[in-house]
Parts: sequence; C-alpha cells; structure tokens
Amino acid sequence: MDSAISDRAALQATADNGLKIVVVGGFGVGKTTMVRSVSEIRPLNTEETMTRAGEAVDDLDGVQSKTSTTVAFDFGRITLDARSVLYLFGAPGQERFWFLWDRLFSGTLGAVVLVDTRRLADSWYAIDRLEHHGTPFIVACNDFGGPLHTEQQIREALDLSPDVPLVECDARDRSSSKYVLITLVEHLHALSEARAKNAGAALAGGQGATAMTPERTL
Amino acid sequence: MTSAPRPRPGRDDAPDRLYTLTGGRSRSGSDAFDLVTLVVAECDPAPGMQSEHAAILRMCERPTAVVEISATLNLPVGIVRIMLCDLLDTGRISARHPRTARVADRLPDTDTLEQVLVGLRNL
Repeated sequence: MDSAISDRAALQATADNGLKIVVVGGFGVGKTTMVRSVSEIRPLNTEETMTRAGEAVDDLDGVQSKTSTTVAFDFGRITLDARSVLYLFGAPGQERFWFLWDRLFSGTLGAVVLVDTRRLADSWYAIDRLEHHGTPFIVACNDFGGPLHTEQQIREALDLSPDVPLVECDARDRSSSKYVLITLVEHLHALSEARAKNAGAALAGGQGATAMTPERTL
Repeated sequence: MTSAPRPRPGRDDAPDRLYTLTGGRSRSGSDAFDLVTLVVAECDPAPGMQSEHAAILRMCERPTAVVEISATLNLPVGIVRIMLCDLLDTGRISARHPRTARVADRLPDTDTLEQVLVGLRNL
C-alpha cells in the first residue's frame, strides 16, 4: 500500500473542486489508453458494487439470493488550475454498467464515446444510454488502421444526430486525446450558451407581452 | 488489459472483512461523497485507530479524491464512502464537494466550462 501511495502525486493543498469526464466504450477500444495518454498519474482502477435484492435469479438451492452488480473502471487525473481537478474515467459500455451510472457519474460534465470503426455496433448501446440519461457526449473514432469510412457512413451506422460532434483520434497520442477532450468541452460550452439564451428568451417572454426577443429586453 | 486483475477484497474473498470495516452497515447517508469529492485530513492517525481509517488520514494530508482513496486501499467505492462518513462525523476529515451545479438538464455553467477549456489547452 505504501508504494502505491508514494508514487501517487499529491494534489495542491488549494484543490477544492473535482470535475468528471467519462470515456465510454467497448472492450479493447482504447479507453485506458486514452486516459493514460493525458493523465498526470498512472491510471488507477477500482470498482463499485450494487446489490439488488429480490430479483428473479436462477435459484438452484432454494435460498433467496441477491444479485450484485460489480463494475470495474479506471481513471486518471488532470490538474486544471490551483483549485480545479479533472478526473477522467474509462468505463465499460456493457449493460450492467448502466445500473451504476447515476451512483458513479451523476454530475459528469459530459462523455466521450470511443469507438472502433471496425465494430461500430458495440457503441449503439452506450449512445442510447447516454441519450436516455441526458448526458451530453461526442463520438471519437480511435484509429486502428481499419478501412476508412466517411463521416457520413459512420454517422449513419451510429444513427448519430447531426449536432453531436464526431472526431477521429489516436488514443495513444497525448495531443490527439487532448483534442478530443477540448472538442467535448467546446461542445458542452455551446450547449450551455444555447440553454442560457433560451432561458433568457423564455424569461423575457414571461415578463412582458411585447418582449418577444432577448434584444428587446435590454 | 494484459496484467491479471488484482484480487479485490471487496468482491469475492472476504465479505466478512468488509462488514467489519463498516461496522456491519452496507449503506448509509454516504451518497454525499461524490467520486471526486476531495477529502482532507483534519488530524493525524491515532494509536488504536482502525487501520483503514489511519491509512485514509495519512493519504489525505493533501486533498485526495474519494475514488483515489478507493483505488489505493483496494476497496470498493461504496465501502470507502461509509468509512469517510464515520471520519467526517467525528471531525477527522473535511470534504470539499464538487461545485458543478447539478441542474435539471445536466449542463454545467459556461464559466466552469471556460475554466476547464483553459486548463486543457494549457496541457
């Protein structure tokens, strides 16, 4: 345990705000590789277990049993400034993982869906679940040297909405992974600005019958 | 992917030990501890203290995220949350919770995002 502690770089004493971004993808798609390429610490891994009682399970011995869902995930860390620290989580996209999404990843800024273009179908479920949870995301295609697809082909195969950014990357490359994260946060920023604008317009509409546009309320 | 997974005391092999660690509780009001809540020790480990509690206090001389404590102690996040609750209740740690507003549609505010962008571009 001591060795694990000693090679863990400590945060600054002023750090007081943890932030989360999740990289979701199928097995072997490069999640850990991406986390490692941008993390300031060697990626660590841990797990969470959730017990669900009273569900129908194979009951061979007649004893009421519980089902437990265990999900392992790994993570890295990026110190953004004296106060803010970004944690980057690599999380499996399989079904059981989503039972724990709210418990683990509520408050996540957004997600990167990392895909292997040779196995696009692996990503359908993750995209569906992120949409279900209302978590904004972008899609990053990790370059495995497979056959080239056009962006349009990939969008169609993933049934991706046109407003979701789609980028190519090499998860092994630090600057490429950094670009993926920046693309995600720029996307979130655009969404957030649009929301603020809409909220402003709605507020203006509610306050004055003639104020139909934000400009007229200024 | 290539290395064999470490044995995890939290999963299969020692459930009794986990109950001992948490005084028999399997859940608590510990959801206040987010994965990225930063924990800071407010005192030194004392003789006779449960060894995991002492380890947490040593680890948290500087701010340390819940998930890093979990990984370092090789214990599931849920168990660590319960132990942190105990330490918080007795004033041995303080917790710096994430400030990201959890608004209904889950979009963080633009100021936070701009700070993140600056940090990422400086990488």
